[in-house]
Amino acid sequence: MSLKTEDAIGGHETEDSVIRKPLGARLGHTLKSQAMQIVLVWLGIVVIFSVLSPDAFLDITNFRNIAISVSILAILGVGTTLIIVTGGIDLSMGSILVFSGVIASMVMRGMGDGEGWGVAIAGILAALVSGLLWGLLNGFLVAKAKVPAMIVTLGTFGAALGLSQVLTGGIDLRAAPEVLVDSVGFGSLFGVPSLVIIATVVVIFGIVLLNHTKFGLRTSAIGSNAEACRRVGINVDRQLIKVYALAGLLAGLAGVLNLSFFRSTTIAGHSLTNLDVIAGVVIGGTSLFGGIGTVFGTLVGLFIPATLRNGFVILGVQPYWQQVVVGAFLVGAVYIDQTRRAANARGTTREPLFSRIFHRNSSTNTNRKES
Amino acid sequence: MTTPIYEARDMVRTYGSVRALEGANFDVYPGEVSAMIGDNGAGKSTLVRILSGADKANSGQILFNGEPITLENPTDARIRGIETVFQDLALANHLNPIQNMYLGRELMKPGILGSLGFMQRSEMRIQGKNAFSALGATVRDFSGPVSGMSGGQRQAIAVARAAAWASDVIFLDEPTAALGVVQTKGVMDLIRRIRDKGIAVVLISHSMPHVLDVADRVHVLRHGKRVAVMEAKNTNVEELVGAMTGALDGKEAA
Repeated sequence: MSLKTEDAIGGHETEDSVIRKPLGARLGHTLKSQAMQIVLVWLGIVVIFSVLSPDAFLDITNFRNIAISVSILAILGVGTTLIIVTGGIDLSMGSILVFSGVIASMVMRGMGDGEGWGVAIAGILAALVSGLLWGLLNGFLVAKAKVPAMIVTLGTFGAALGLSQVLTGGIDLRAAPEVLVDSVGFGSLFGVPSLVIIATVVVIFGIVLLNHTKFGLRTSAIGSNAEACRRVGINVDRQLIKVYALAGLLAGLAGVLNLSFFRSTTIAGHSLTNLDVIAGVVIGGTSLFGGIGTVFGTLVGLFIPATLRNGFVILGVQPYWQQVVVGAFLVGAVYIDQTRRAANARGTTREPLFSRIFHRNSSTNTNRKES
Repeated sequence: MTTPIYEARDMVRTYGSVRALEGANFDVYPGEVSAMIGDNGAGKSTLVRILSGADKANSGQILFNGEPITLENPTDARIRGIETVFQDLALANHLNPIQNMYLGRELMKPGILGSLGFMQRSEMRIQGKNAFSALGATVRDFSGPVSGMSGGQRQAIAVARAAAWASDVIFLDEPTAALGVVQTKGVMDLIRRIRDKGIAVVLISHSMPHVLDVADRVHVLRHGKRVAVMEAKNTNVEELVGAMTGALDGKEAA
């Protein structure tokens, strides 16, 4: 190819750049506004309920209740968001929560009827360790044994729940020291319930972790292109195990909160928790295909179903409608994600074989004309 | 230009009964573009994989700066300043160009925050932008995901990323195979700028015009061996194709 050809082509490059630039910028904007859109949707719901029921809905105590109902799910949501960002899925967190609560309760009961902090701390540690171990098991099976995450966590979903029932004979334990119930379950600081404070800390931790740390960057990168990570020397397996382990640890923490709030291990109460959490994560704009996700989006995505349920109860609408509306939201959120991915793919990803052949031919044609 | 910065001697690599390399030699000097051409199955990719640490030879010697070295994995090559851009880009599509550049080599904050895993995001942004512009890779959006960019842009990012880390040698495996004419020109310019930094560039390509355009020397591989090394300015497409297919040494073939 002669220099002349290149100069002739040089003119097109600027044209190309003019076409491409707004596309990239627009994508950046949509991604950034994704979380904002979901906040607006939530605010819209709040406004509608406030207009329909200004007294009962628009009330500090009511918002407190909504926040409390979201707290435990939000803690699970942080771990689940990270897992889904890696391109995985976790169906087991509800069962891990129950199992951790059962272990904590058994440890605390085993230490006698102590009501003090010593017993409580032992119980908390026991719950965290059991959650962590389940998470490690999930991570190991996904990363090393290469079993699909959906199957691994479906297995541990059943196994953790089954073991909880084996350990308790299927009857809920109620051993929770008063100090734990008073401080964590029903305590509050400056009028803010402890559950909400703890969940807020975990959510902020999750946001910082995903956006500001090496851990977060690599978590997103694995969901985006695991092979690229291997090529730059990242230990993908170890990173995956860490992510699942962290999610397990957080499920253990959620188990402690659950036990102190309900004063029961609620064995039968968490069979659908995983679906609630995943729905929140997806409504919040995290892609089920990995690579993209925000913890903040998940938080808002969990607030939407909780607000709907609360509002419907206040308005006297059958709360079952909430499931219908959330179902519609879920499908809508995935639809938006799909269109976004399709838009990304159109201008961008490796061109299919067909157009590559086309490009090669057109370049050789140019050469032929030149010579 | 006395010692090659990177040299392979008598490389042999067999996969079962398939003999991919049968005593291949290769060498590249600092500030030189060395092209590697050959028909499909001539052993180009195998040789590149071995020299970038992704594969191991059965026998043969690898010399870096005249010193024999062994490569156990790609990291062994990278720590010596040897980078490779594989054909399929290997960018993380959801991340932006800066994040891609520093993926696996994140700049950490000093002190406790750093050991907690906090990155120096602003520092990476500044240094990353400088690295891209130093190579003349015009990245138009540093904060958007690379999936939103054209094929040429993404190839430029992949090449610039490798060039930013490569202090000595950079392998480019078919960097223009998936690109149109315009983007190909951009990548060719980028290759020249990398060479001007004094880095040894190894270009693997099927495109003879591109090879003759940008390379200083052309290494021709056939049946797992280097059969010819030619000065790009003293050869032409016919001669290269002849060496590739064996048409020139008809006597030997007969």
